[in-house]
Amino acid sequence: MNRNANIDSRKRTEPLLRVVKRAELTGRQIVLLRLLAVLLALAAGGLFILCLGYNPVAIYTRILSGATRSPMAIQATAKIVIPLLITSLGVTLAFKMRFWNIGAEGQIIMGAIFASYFALFHADWNHWVLLGAMALAGILGGALWGLVPAFFKARYGTNETLFTLMLNYIALYLISWLQDGPWRDPGSQGFGKIARFDKNASLNKVFGVHCGWIVALVLVAAVFIYLRYTKQGYEISVVGESQETARYAGMNVRKILLRTMALSGGICGLGGMIQAAGADITLTMGVAGGVGFTAIIVAWLSQLNPVIILAVSSLFGILEKGSSVVQSDFGLSTDCADVLQGIILFFILGCEFFIRYRFVGRGHGEKAK
Amino acid sequence: MPHSTERKSADRTSVLAAGALSGKDAIACRGITKRFGTVVANDHIDLTVRYGEVLALLGENGSGKTTLMNMLSGIYHPDEGVILVDGQEAVINSPVDAMNMGIGMIYQHFRLVDVFSAMENIVLGTKEKRLRDKELKEKISEICQSFGLEIQPEKRVYEMSVSEKQTVEILKVLYRGTRILILDEPTAVLTPQETQKLFQILRKMKEQGCAIIIITHKLHEVLEISDRVTILRKGKSIDTVETAGTDEKILTELMVGKAVSLEIDRPPVNHKSPILKVVNLTVKKPDGTKAIDNISFEIRKGEILGVAGVAGSGQKELCEAIAGLMKIDKGAILYEQENIIGKTPAEIIRMGISMSFVPEDRLGMGLVASMDMVENMMLKSYGNGRGPFVDRKPARELANRLVEKLGIVTPGIDTPVRLLSGGNVQKVLLGREIESCPNLLITAYPVRGLDINSSYTIYDLLNEQKKKDVAVIFIGEDLDVLLELSDVIMVLCHGKITGFLDARKASKEQVGLYMTGAFSQEVAQ
Repeated sequence: MNRNANIDSRKRTEPLLRVVKRAELTGRQIVLLRLLAVLLALAAGGLFILCLGYNPVAIYTRILSGATRSPMAIQATAKIVIPLLITSLGVTLAFKMRFWNIGAEGQIIMGAIFASYFALFHADWNHWVLLGAMALAGILGGALWGLVPAFFKARYGTNETLFTLMLNYIALYLISWLQDGPWRDPGSQGFGKIARFDKNASLNKVFGVHCGWIVALVLVAAVFIYLRYTKQGYEISVVGESQETARYAGMNVRKILLRTMALSGGICGLGGMIQAAGADITLTMGVAGGVGFTAIIVAWLSQLNPVIILAVSSLFGILEKGSSVVQSDFGLSTDCADVLQGIILFFILGCEFFIRYRFVGRGHGEKAK
Repeated sequence: MPHSTERKSADRTSVLAAGALSGKDAIACRGITKRFGTVVANDHIDLTVRYGEVLALLGENGSGKTTLMNMLSGIYHPDEGVILVDGQEAVINSPVDAMNMGIGMIYQHFRLVDVFSAMENIVLGTKEKRLRDKELKEKISEICQSFGLEIQPEKRVYEMSVSEKQTVEILKVLYRGTRILILDEPTAVLTPQETQKLFQILRKMKEQGCAIIIITHKLHEVLEISDRVTILRKGKSIDTVETAGTDEKILTELMVGKAVSLEIDRPPVNHKSPILKVVNLTVKKPDGTKAIDNISFEIRKGEILGVAGVAGSGQKELCEAIAGLMKIDKGAILYEQENIIGKTPAEIIRMGISMSFVPEDRLGMGLVASMDMVENMMLKSYGNGRGPFVDRKPARELANRLVEKLGIVTPGIDTPVRLLSGGNVQKVLLGREIESCPNLLITAYPVRGLDINSSYTIYDLLNEQKKKDVAVIFIGEDLDVLLELSDVIMVLCHGKITGFLDARKASKEQVGLYMTGAFSQEVAQ
C-alpha cells in the first residue's frame, strides 16, 4: 500500500473541525478580539434591522445622535445610566465572591422603600439631614435584603440564586401593598399610588441631572480601590476562587460572605434611594424596572472591572435612550433595542471561547501553530 | 486497506490466544508532535511497543508521557506525525476508536461508577446486548482465570479497596478485547504487596501476547517489570534501552540529562522534648464515619516524622485537624503544652504551625489558581500591618526570592500560578510555607509527581528546616524516600495507627505490611 492512500484515508477519518487550545493571548489581542466581536454583533444586528425593512446605518446613527445630540438628550441618557451603573457596581462585589446575587432588583426596591419612609413622613427635616437619613436608610434596606440570603447560605448552604430571585418578588409586592394600603396618597382619589415627595426630599440637580451621577462616579473609584487595594478586597477574591483556600488561609469565610453581601445590597439600595428621590420623586413599582437584571449583564460584560462597567453601562444607556428616539422617528419599537442588547451579549460571550481556543480544519493540523 | 475501526473482535481473541503476533510491532509512533498553545508537550516523539513485551515509559514531570498516551487512547489528536497500529496508519479520534483497535488505557484516577457493582462497571458502555448475569459472571471469571485476576463480580465499587478498583479497571479493558494496555502510574496508590500482585498480572498478560506500556516514576519498578524502557525528556524521546542492560543510575542520567546523586541526607535529632502531642484524636468525616480513629503520637523539635499509609487512610484529615480546618470529635492536640482544639485556623497559623497539602490536582487549597505568585505569597500574611490596605511589597520581594532560591520556572511573578507546571506550583507552595518560619511544618505529598531534581531540592529544604529545629510531619507515598528521609515512621491504616518504626532500621516490606493492616503493634502511649 502506498503512502498516498494512507493520507487519503486519514483525511477521510479525521474530524471536520476540532478544537485546539490557543497560546495565551496578550492583553492587546484580547481587546482586539472583543472589539471584533462587537463589530460582528453590530453587523448581525444590522442584518436584523435590514430584515425589518429599515436602513441599519440610519438606525445606528440615529441611536447615537438621539442619545447625545443635545444637552437635554445627554441628561436623559445620564438618568438611565445612573441606576444601572450603581447597581452594576453593587452586584460586582457579590460576583467577585462568586455569590450569584440576582436579587439586585429587590435590593434596589428595599432601599427605595426605606428611603421613602423619611421622604414621606419627615419631609420637614433640614434638607441635608433628610437626604443623609434617606441615603443611610436606602443602604440599610438594600443591605438587609442582601444579608438575608447570605445568612442562610452561610448557615445552611441554601442556594443563593433562587433565594435572591424570590426576594425580588417579596420586595416588589411590598410596594404594591404600601401604595394600596398604609402609604396611599390621600389626594389620589382612591387610586393606589404613593404621594409625590416634597421638594425638600428630592435630590438636588447638578448640570441639569440629579446629583446621583456624582455618587455613581465616586462609587466607581471606591469599588475599584476596594477590590484592588484593600485587605477586604483581597479576601473577596480568595473566597470567590475557593472557600477551602480561604479557610486554609485563616479567613473567616462566613464573616466575609455576610459583609460582602451587605455591601453589595447596600450599594444597590443606595441606587434605589437615588432613583426614587432623584428621578421618580416618588415610590412606584417601577423603581427598579429591570435594572437589577441588566446590571448582571453589564457586570459580566465588563469582566467585573468598575472602570469598564462605567463605559459599558454608558453604552447601554445610549442604546436605550437612542432607541426611544428611533421609535418616535422611525416607528421602530424599543423592543428592538433589547434584541440588539441580546445580540451583543451573545457575541461577546461567544468570543470568550475564541480567546482560549480555536478551530482547526481537517488536514490543516500540520500547518497549525 | 487503511486501518478501520470495524475490526472484528473474534479475530482479535483468536489472534491473542495463539500469541501469533508476539514480537510484532503493536504500536509505532513516528514523529508525534503535540502543542498546547506555545507549549510543545510532545516534540517529534518516536516510540514502538511490540506484542508480548512490557515497555516502560520513563520521564520527569512535564516530559510529555501522559500527553503521548492520551493521543494513543484517542483523547487528543496529534498536530504532526503518524501512529501505526499493527503496522497500519491509524487515526484515533476518540476513546471508542482506540478501544476498537484494541488499545485500552488505565488511568491514575479510576473511572468507575461508585454505586455500581464490578460487573456493571465492566460492561458499562459496551454496545453489545447485555448478557444475563450468570453468563456474564462466567465470562468474567474466564478472563480472570486466564490472567490470574481475583474479583468479586457482585461487589460494589464504593466498598472496594484501591487495588480491587484497579482490578476492575483492568478487567474493563480486557473484557473489551484489549491487546494493547497502557497504564498511567498504576502503582502510585498501591502498597508494595499490591504492586507485586499487579506485576504478576502484567506478566501473565505479556505471556498471552499483549503489549503493555507502563508509565511510572519509580525506577526500581521499571527495572523489575519492563523489557525495554523509552525515556522522554522535555517532550522529546531521548533513547530506548533494553532493561537488562541498564540500571537506576543510567536511567536517571538519561531522564534528567546529567548525573544525579540519589542519596538523601539524614541529620541526627538533638532534642528530647516534644513540640506537638496528639492524644486520643478522633475525627469524623461529614458522612459520620471515622476518618481518624483514636490516634496518639508526638513529635520532637528537629525531627522528621514520616507518615506512611495507602492513600485515603486519614492523612488529609490528620493535616486538617491539626490546622484547625476540621471539627474534632474527641481527643486533644497539645502544641507546646497548650491544647489547640477550638482555635481558629488563623490563630493556629499565628502560633507557628504551617500546613501544606498537595492534593492530586496539585493546586488544592494551598494556592489560588488564578492569582499570580505575588498575591499567593500574601495568602496567609495579607492581614499583617495596619490600615485597610494590603501591602504587596514584602510579597513581591518574597516571590522574587523564591524564584531565585528554588529555581522556579515562570514567565514572571505576575503570571497566574495555574499556568505554571506542577513542580513549580509545589515549589511556590512549599517555599511560602517555609518562609513563614514555622515551628511545626506539616507537609503532605510535597514531591507528588515531581521529577527527581525537584524532589531532591525539596528533601534538602526539609532537612534544612530540620536543622533549624523545626518539627516536620512528612506525609509521603514513596516508601523508599520515607525510609531515607524520616527519623520515625508512623503507619496509618483506615484512620488507625498500626505501627511506629525506626526509619533507620525498618524495611520497606515491614512498612508495607503495617500499611495493609496485616500487622499491628499494640500502640500504648
